[in-house]
Amino acid sequence: MSISGLLWQLFAIVLALALAPLLTGWVNQCRAWLQNRSAPPLLLPYYMLHKLFLKDVVLAHGASPIFRFAPFAVFGCMLLACAIIPVLSTDLPFAPAADTIALVGVFGLARIFISLAAMDVGTSFGTLGGRREMLVGFLAEPALLMVIFTLAMIAQSTSVATIVETLAHREFVIYPSLAFAGIAFTFVSFAENARVPVDNPATHLELTMIHEAMILEYSGRHLALIEWAASLKLYAYSCLGLALFFPWGIAQGDSFLGLLVAIPMLVAKLAIGGVLLALIETLNAKVRIFRAPEFLGTAFLFAVLGLLVRLLLESRV
Amino acid sequence: MPDLLPIDLLLIAACAWLAIGFAGIFAPRNLRFISKILFPLGAFVAVLAGLTSLTFLGGATETAVLLIGLPDLPFHLRLDNLSAVFVLLLGFASAGISVFAAGYFRQGEGAAPGLMCLQYHVFLASMLLVLLADDAYAFMVAWEGMALSSFFLVTTQHRQAEIRRAGYLYLLIAHVGAIGILLSFGVMTAGSGDYSFAGMRAQALPPFWGSAAFLLALFGFGAKAGLLPVHVWLPEAHPAAPSPVSAMMSGVMLKTAIYGLLRVSFDLVGTSIWWWGVVAMVVGLATAVFGVLYSTVQSDMKRLLAYSSIENIGLLAVALGLTLIFHAYRMEALAALAMTALLYHCLAHAGFKSLLFLCTGSVLHATKERSLGKLGGLIHRMPWVAWLALAGVIASAGLPPLSGFVSEWLLLQAFLFSPGLPHSWLNMIVPVAAAVVALVAALAGFAMVKFYGIVFLGQMREPALKEAHDAGPWERAGLLWLAALTLALGVLPSTVIGFIDAATTQLLGTGLADQVREHGWWMLAPISAERASYQPLVFLVTIVIAGLVGRALVRRLYHGRGRRSAAWDCGYVFQGPRAQDTAEGFSQPIRRIFEPMFRMERHFPTIRDEQPYYSVKVEDHFWHWLYLPLARLTNAVSALVTRLQGGRIAIYLLYSFLTLIVLLLVARP
Repeated sequence: MSISGLLWQLFAIVLALALAPLLTGWVNQCRAWLQNRSAPPLLLPYYMLHKLFLKDVVLAHGASPIFRFAPFAVFGCMLLACAIIPVLSTDLPFAPAADTIALVGVFGLARIFISLAAMDVGTSFGTLGGRREMLVGFLAEPALLMVIFTLAMIAQSTSVATIVETLAHREFVIYPSLAFAGIAFTFVSFAENARVPVDNPATHLELTMIHEAMILEYSGRHLALIEWAASLKLYAYSCLGLALFFPWGIAQGDSFLGLLVAIPMLVAKLAIGGVLLALIETLNAKVRIFRAPEFLGTAFLFAVLGLLVRLLLESRV
Repeated sequence: MPDLLPIDLLLIAACAWLAIGFAGIFAPRNLRFISKILFPLGAFVAVLAGLTSLTFLGGATETAVLLIGLPDLPFHLRLDNLSAVFVLLLGFASAGISVFAAGYFRQGEGAAPGLMCLQYHVFLASMLLVLLADDAYAFMVAWEGMALSSFFLVTTQHRQAEIRRAGYLYLLIAHVGAIGILLSFGVMTAGSGDYSFAGMRAQALPPFWGSAAFLLALFGFGAKAGLLPVHVWLPEAHPAAPSPVSAMMSGVMLKTAIYGLLRVSFDLVGTSIWWWGVVAMVVGLATAVFGVLYSTVQSDMKRLLAYSSIENIGLLAVALGLTLIFHAYRMEALAALAMTALLYHCLAHAGFKSLLFLCTGSVLHATKERSLGKLGGLIHRMPWVAWLALAGVIASAGLPPLSGFVSEWLLLQAFLFSPGLPHSWLNMIVPVAAAVVALVAALAGFAMVKFYGIVFLGQMREPALKEAHDAGPWERAGLLWLAALTLALGVLPSTVIGFIDAATTQLLGTGLADQVREHGWWMLAPISAERASYQPLVFLVTIVIAGLVGRALVRRLYHGRGRRSAAWDCGYVFQGPRAQDTAEGFSQPIRRIFEPMFRMERHFPTIRDEQPYYSVKVEDHFWHWLYLPLARLTNAVSALVTRLQGGRIAIYLLYSFLTLIVLLLVARP
């Protein structure tokens, strides 16, 4: 660990905080264009955050301290997740703090807090949202872990930085198992980020929503933090996917030049990723909640298939 | 004065517990004396026992022979590192439980306090002796002492028929299991007639008899631990017992069965065959999936936790199976990793499950209610219990940075290293097992959110809950102790592994301590930092700092204003407590997705009903597929036997006469 490494680590965190709402705004803009609507401004998420921070918090009478505590815990979890994932460089002082399995744990912790907060006020929609979130969670988590297992077996390590280094900076090998893992990861990240076809971020139709149902009672700065955390989650998942499946451009050491190249690479990759996300969301319809198990079951099967392909075909090579 | 060895100290601890127990008999109705003096004294002894084994760990094996027992087989006792790890668990977990119990037992609930005190401390002492026993006889005596004392504790409120039934079932399965253990010991003596464990170690069993001993032990100890299909007593007995007893049974007693399995399969049998591991793993996976699915659909908070214990025991069996597989192929470094996960999970589960059971005890006292459908919103009335329960819930859901995650992480790491097994079929099965473990861990989160959300959050489902009071000082102290253990096990994994590694090294010849120590106390990297690492403290501190800095910044840049108002809920007006999810409603997705796993009786309301109601009752398939047919068979056989009973003395004399003649014919010189 060096001072410059620490500085770059801090820079990566600040970059995550700054870029995450922009990514959300970009996806929303692309989706609006694809759906023939006039697009909202790119910076709308920032205006929203600013507006929400200005507003007073209105707490329900039945809200307990957990309700007020949860937004900060969720925000902290997502920030940690962004700090672990190698966005610009694989030389992260924070990387040894948590490997990929612990990363899944961070997302799990955030999910528990937000579900508990949703159940806290004791409204019908809150508990409904909490229950559905946990449903999606327990279906998505094993699939995500299986994807990670496949990658960990290729890299012989569960550390995110080592996986990325193995995939990006050693001799180029095509792994068929990565294709399966990539599909499964895409499915999982759609579900985890409350996107179509599992959830719809644009809807406020009570009976179909998951994420929005959970945060109905939030307002003011609490809501701002949760929204920010949600964009951080999308950013974290996008960066994780990019780092795992398209790792080119991520710097290996903390050389200034490598990092200077990494930043525009990251922005470009995120921009393309955002277009694809909007495209997939536009082409699909939201499914009924009880079709979500099928969707995520497919993801799980793909992930297991990837693992078996890895074990049966590639380990002989 | 001669130096007291740790084993002597532990024997003194056992005697002290017995003495404390019998002291209760002299003043059976004096609640103050018993709860404020005897139980804290018992907790003190427990802490001493825990500290003794902590100082012992890593030391040389000690033995002792007591002059009681059979004429030619006195009690052999032995303290080695494996025992010491479990004594540590017993001491530290029961200390918290005893302190809690000091504030828990009240006048007029079931048996007299003095009797409870006796049973409770005999239970503790016999668990300690189980861990120290070094011959089959002493082991079985202590084992039976444990079963009987806990039976009486379970049936404290024996005036309720349902509790008597639960106790009977517990006793029955405990004894069926004991037969399995006894037979396993019999096989391991290999006809030498030497029932000491040293004698069993000396025998080299052929594979067939070795397998027989292992399978019998798996059945016998499995019956105590709650492995499928001999798990049925667990969800009945745990809710029936008073909460400190449930905590003790779930947190500590189940681990003695795991101790027995480890003792037999790595120490006494002496050989190991790869398919033993597969059997243990498959049984463990089935148990874990079954346990977690059933725990998500329960409507009784203690039953929910009991099924969650079944799940955890299943995970322990999976870890045992993985260890056995690696051990059979002499991949000792990996076996050490899996065994560390196993021992770590024993400690973690003892902490968080005791904590959760004790929390249900406080809730039960405060509300007189065990059914989830009549609880809710208790965080407003019982903040201490609620916040401490949150620690248990997060640990139980296997989430960082608390204790449950560390063992899960180690177990998944062990799974990840499995490629390289010289058996392609195993190589394929093992990752699929890892997938199931991942599913179980995720489902455990669902069950825990249900438990916590419905008991402590939301609106109060009954008006009477407004009268609920928080736990008293003794109860709080016990809960705090266990929550602190859960946190310590979560953030100091390297230190803990440094202690328990002695047991791994003893059983497998190699451990993790060297690699773990290399990286300092704050970082867990069981193989190398390149491969995998986890720094729970950094993890915790980062989240806390990020949260706090976020809060400070928001308040500084903007403001911290807020006000209270009615809940929004999309403008929906009818926001009474009945509009929240019930326990049944919350688990509806699980019942729907995993429908074939449950035996359900449901009644749906129709529009024509005068008084529409909805009800769902979930039952265990095993009752109907296994236990009821078995019971019918037993009854039928018994009916045949009754024909022998004519009721006339002449017929009985005839039986004796015939027996005598047959014996004379057979036993002719």
